[in-house]
Order: sequence, then structure tokens, then C-alpha cells
Amino acid sequence: MTQSTDRAVTEVLNNHKGGSQIQTVWDRYEAQQPQCGFGELGLCCRHCMQGPCRIDPFGEGPDRGICGATADTIVARGLARAIAGGTASHSGHALHLVHTLKKALTGQAPDYAIKDKDKLKAVAARCGIEIKDRSSKKIALELVELALAEFGDKGEPLTWAASTVTAGRIEACDKLGIVPTSIDGSIAEVMHRTTYGVDADPINILLGGLKCAVADYTACHLATDLSDIIFGTPQPVISKANLGVLREEAVNIALHGHNPLLSDIIAQVASDPALITEAKKAGASEGLNVVGICCTGNEILMRHGIPLATSSISQEVAIMTGVLDAMVVDYQCIMPAVATIAECFHTKVITTMPIAKMPGAEHIPFDEENAVKCATAIIRQGIERFRSRNPDKICIPHESSTAIAGFSAEAIIGALSKVDADDPLKPLIDNIVAGNIRGICLFAGCNTVKVPQDYNYVEMVKRLLAENVLIMATGCASSAYARHGFMTSEATTKYAGEGLAAVLTAIGEAAGLEAPLPPVLHIGSCVDNPRAVDIATAIANKLGVDISKLPVVASAPEATTEKAVAIGTWAVVGGLPTHLGVIPPVLGSKLVAETLTSTVKDLVGGYFVIEPDPNKAVKALLAIIDERRAGLGLS
Amino acid sequence: MEVIYVQADRCLGCKTCEIECRIAHTDTDTENTLFAAVSQLRPPKRRLFVEQGEKGKTPVICRHCEEAPCIVECISGSIYRDEQGFVRRKKERCIGCWSCIMACPFGVVVRDAEAHIAVKCDHCPDLDTPACVTGCPTKALQLVDVDSLPQERRKELLLKKEV
Repeated sequence: MTQSTDRAVTEVLNNHKGGSQIQTVWDRYEAQQPQCGFGELGLCCRHCMQGPCRIDPFGEGPDRGICGATADTIVARGLARAIAGGTASHSGHALHLVHTLKKALTGQAPDYAIKDKDKLKAVAARCGIEIKDRSSKKIALELVELALAEFGDKGEPLTWAASTVTAGRIEACDKLGIVPTSIDGSIAEVMHRTTYGVDADPINILLGGLKCAVADYTACHLATDLSDIIFGTPQPVISKANLGVLREEAVNIALHGHNPLLSDIIAQVASDPALITEAKKAGASEGLNVVGICCTGNEILMRHGIPLATSSISQEVAIMTGVLDAMVVDYQCIMPAVATIAECFHTKVITTMPIAKMPGAEHIPFDEENAVKCATAIIRQGIERFRSRNPDKICIPHESSTAIAGFSAEAIIGALSKVDADDPLKPLIDNIVAGNIRGICLFAGCNTVKVPQDYNYVEMVKRLLAENVLIMATGCASSAYARHGFMTSEATTKYAGEGLAAVLTAIGEAAGLEAPLPPVLHIGSCVDNPRAVDIATAIANKLGVDISKLPVVASAPEATTEKAVAIGTWAVVGGLPTHLGVIPPVLGSKLVAETLTSTVKDLVGGYFVIEPDPNKAVKALLAIIDERRAGLGLS
Repeated sequence: MEVIYVQADRCLGCKTCEIECRIAHTDTDTENTLFAAVSQLRPPKRRLFVEQGEKGKTPVICRHCEEAPCIVECISGSIYRDEQGFVRRKKERCIGCWSCIMACPFGVVVRDAEAHIAVKCDHCPDLDTPACVTGCPTKALQLVDVDSLPQERRKELLLKKEV
């Protein structure tokens, strides 16, 4: 099977100098073949020590587990736990930001501050905090307490969910009894109800999963808001993406993982002239070159214009270029394999978080109290490592694309306000109504070894753009489009249909770009998916309809992680038809599969569309968009 | 004669057959269990292989051929046919020339690199039913009488035509 459609990744895989013993994610996938069908169908239960139990999908063997759980119960329990796993990741990410902001406000973390006071005030006002005639610090302290309450037992609907969605969404959740009152409590509740001998009703378990997914949305939104407050709300920025951004004559340091708490500080420190001089002294004539991988790469791309080297699935390939001097990681989507691959090169893999260590890597604890000091020490490790670089092992591909990133909801509204200052959403809505914008599709999620890297993303986006569908992208989806050149003005000319191209050109020119906006808007990292909800909510409220009526869809055509399961589930609860290009482990239960793809539509308006073929998926999404347009009386 | 019948469309690729095969061939004084098997200094080798084919997953097993190429090629007399008609290997006579491996068209004779001997399916002579068949949770592996199989097939065919 083709491993990747990314030419830079392919070039390194074919020509790297690390030796034939190197095994990448694609080799390990092959070694895992065939994969267990019980797991693929979600029919294996390991929740108690009487198991593992397996249900025979052909109906000849056992039709229930030792405790009596049927296939429906087992599949529903597995899915709910995946949602809880994803939610736990976003909860940890968000809570880390809250704690750090609190430390910054109380003088314990002097390297962090409130960078975006406007965002602070906007978020605080939205959360019901009095902002008039109050200092930023006072507002922020109150916001921190409000944020902390979201994680504990709040006893009332979560502010970051209730204040950011349409009234219709709240009503739909309320009716189903899936309004969470605690982020961490929702995770614990799923773990409780899916443990031995608690919830056996598959539909009830799925509702618990939906509730947990709403908690995941809450955590994601909170994380995005706090990141913007601490590090600034992204604004359009031009940079580069792909492995060609690595430089032979520079100390290359890759930041990999998710939270900007680490990466943003390193990005700031990397411009310190003293450190650049140190790098030059070590022999790197071009000084320091910090690049991003995965979602923390998106964070620093959007806020600092730092080039994006590659996405999560090809993280090992960055090391195989032979010029990566250090890979600095925090948490999530970091394959333990990077430490093994690094043994074939000089790269130092540095873990930084107490909950995310790795055999073979060096652990340098990153504490927020001494952020700059820690960041400096980490960069020095990279500089030191540069001296051990083996020139015979270098294999840098030329490929890199220009990428315009940084389209936060605020930035999009900002660009639109250049067209109509009094009513920024009007140009967007008018063009949706007129059909110049047929609909909007949010591409989210990961890459997976089960699809040649980026294949589904690229195939689908080309067709959707030609059909005048405006594209927003987050996470590794945005990385794919950045690397494949879809985030440029030229891409609008090349791929967008006539109506969409005209709109993007008009907005681009009004915003003073003298060129069209890119047809794929990079709205953030994977935790930033709520930015798309903010835009959809604004459109829905302006039109006076619910999100579940809008011609807006979502797609995760190459999904991998539990986080993607959680995000996909809240997108469905949010009213979005959500395409999955990888078959999730639910097909062992017809009931669960039907509930997710059909029954849930009547309850929340959103539903899953499971379709591995990208062309068929495009057809399905366009049909949904047209159906929804018709529902609004639009042609 | 009883043979192992493979229904590939039933195989989920869970590899329970491979695990059961290893357990059955664990060299231990106590009961053969999974835990005994994994704690062996030299863990037992599997004698059948679940592979990913173009159309799906399938266990590949020794057919105990009537004209067994492995017996023909074995120059030391290590591979022989037992009273039941199954093709087996006498450990002590194997000299590690690997002729059997090269001869087997199914690729189910393999090398035990540590013991320096060839390893193949022995149809579990001490068990009523081979361990892989007992272990298969979806009945992708079944023990059938090769002489009554054709008649069953004919019946199936007629049934299909009637429908």
C-alpha cells in the first residue's frame, strides 16, 4: 500500500540514510496484519477479570459475555470509553492552561501574562463576569475560578458550553438529559457506568457518551479561549509547511504535541540573540530553526508564523531527515517509536511533562514557574546535539508549501468586517443564500496508517471546493492542507468553483491582501474545533435558525485518536452531519451503528456518515448540504 | 480421514488458533496453559499462520498431503507419516537441512532457529481435537471427515438450487 501522498514524506521514506533496519509506523502496521476482527468490530470486552469476552458476529458462538452483556452493550461501552479517553485528554490540556493562568496572575509563573486583553474581556463578558471598570487581573482571576469550577462538581450546566451554542442546542441536550455539569465528572461517570455490572442499556450508555462529548466540547472551548488570552488570538500569518522547512545549516528543533504552554515559550525564547549566537558558535551558520509537528505546531504556526514540518503520522520521518537535532514533546499523539528511530540518528528526543515520559528519551521537566529557564535549557540541548550531527545521514526533501494560517473566528469576522463593517456576517450569509457558497465543511481529525497519508483529505477537498463548499480545517487536517498547498491565494484560483472564488477574492481584496483568501481556512489545532462552532453559532443566531438546519457539515476522513471520537461525537450533538473515513469499532452492533448513523438524527439533527471511499463521501456530504439548503428554502 | 477444514470467510484474524497451537506445543511438566507457554525460556513455535490475503484474513495450515513434498525431500527420515496418516516430524532425527521448508508449497514448515530443527503441524496427536480447532471462536477451523465432505457439498448445492 502507498504509505503517503506527501511527496516530502515519501522522498525521505525512500531515500533516508538511517539504514534498512528502520521501522516506521507503516512497517509496524504491516507487521500487525491481520488485525483482530473482534477488536475491529468492537466485540471484545476486557472490563472485568472474568473476561476477556468475545461475541461471535456470525451467530454460532457466544452471543453474550460472561456477565450477560450482549454485543450491543459491549460495543456501546467501548465507544463510551473512547469518548471518555478523548475528553480526559482535552480536560488535562485545558486544566493545565487554567492552572498556568492562575499562577501567572498570582506571580508564580512570571513568564506568562495576559496577552490578549480584548479576548479576556470578550470571554469574561460571555461568561457573565462583570468587566466594566475592572482591571484585567481582577477579571482574569474571576475567570480562572469560573473555569476551575467547570472541572469539579458545578451542579449546573457548564458555562463554556451553555454560553457558546444556540438556544436550540441547549434545548436538544436538555431533552435528552445530556447536559453535563462537570467536565471531569462526565468522564468519571462514563467510567463508572461502563464498569462491571452498571449500565447495560446500550442506548442509555450512548447517551452517557454524548453527554461526555459535550463535556469534551466544553474543555476544548475553554482551552482555546485561555490559549488566546495567554498567547494572543491568532490572526492571518504567512508561513511554510512541510519537511523542506528543515535547514542543513541551522540547529533544527521540532516542537511536537499539543499544548502551547511549552511550545509558545520555546518559540519566544528561540529568537533570543544570545542563543542564536550559541547556535552559530556550534557551527550552525543559520542559527536556530524551530519547527512544529502535529498540533502544537499549529499553535505556533498560527501565533508566530513558525513553519510546520509535518503532521503526527509522519513524526518519525522528521527524524529520518538526519537534520533534526532535538524533538521536544509534551503530550498526546507522540509515538513511543520516535525514541527508537532517534537511536539511528543523532536526534535527542526530550520529554517535558510528568505524565508523558518515554523509554529512550531524555526527560527535562518543564515547570511553568521557570518556563523561560526550562525552554532555554531545552534549546541548549538541541544546540549541543547539532555538534553530533552526521553529514552522511542527511536527507532533506525540497518540498515545502506556502501556507496562510491563523483564521480564528475573530480573524474571519475581522476580514468580513472589511466588506461590511456594520454587519460583518452579512456578506457571508448573503453569499450562502445566493449559493455562491453552497455550504461549509469543517475538516478535522488525524492521519491514519489505514489511509495513504492525506489521500482522503486531498481527494475530498478538491471536489468540495469545485462545488463551492467553503472549507475550514483544524489539527492534522489543516496540516495536510498546508503541506499540499491548499492554504494559498493561488489555490483559490486553482480549485475553487466560480461562486466561491468570487467571494474569497472580494473578501481578500477588501481586507487589503490584493489576492483571494485561501479556500481552506486554517482555524487552528485539534483542540480549536470549537472555533468552527463559534462561526456556525454566529451564522445560526443571525439567521434565527439552529445549527442543525445549516448547510454545514464536518468530516474526519483519516481519524485515529480517541480525541477524534470525542470531537466527532460532539459535532453530531452540535447538529453537524459528520463524516468518518475510517470505520470505527462499532459494526459489531447493528443497534449502535444504526443509532449513530440514523436514529440520532431525529434527536439532535447531527449524525455520523461512515464512508471510507472519499468520492462517495463527497457525494453524500453534497447531498446533505443540498438537503439542508432546501430545508431553509434555498436553491 | 479427519482433516481441518478452513472457512476463510469466518476468520476474524484474532489469532486464537496460533496461541492455542503454541500452548498445546509447550514443553512443560505441568499443565499446558497460556501462562506456562509465555514463561518458557524458549517459547513454543506456532504451527499455523493467520495471514492477511487480498480478500481477507485466513489461517494457513498443514494439509498433511498424501504425496507430501516435505516427506519426499527429507533426507534424514525425520519427517514421516504416522498411523493415523498425519505427517509428523521426529525431533531427534532432524539435521536442520531445511529441505522440507523449501519443499512445502504451503509455507507451513518453519525453522526453530534456537533448537535448530524444523517445526510443523502434528495434528495434536495427544488431543481428541487439534488445539487450533478447539480454540477457534468463530468455527473458521473445523474438523471434518474428508470423505463425507463432498456429499455435504452436493447437498448444499442442491439446497441452493432449490432456493
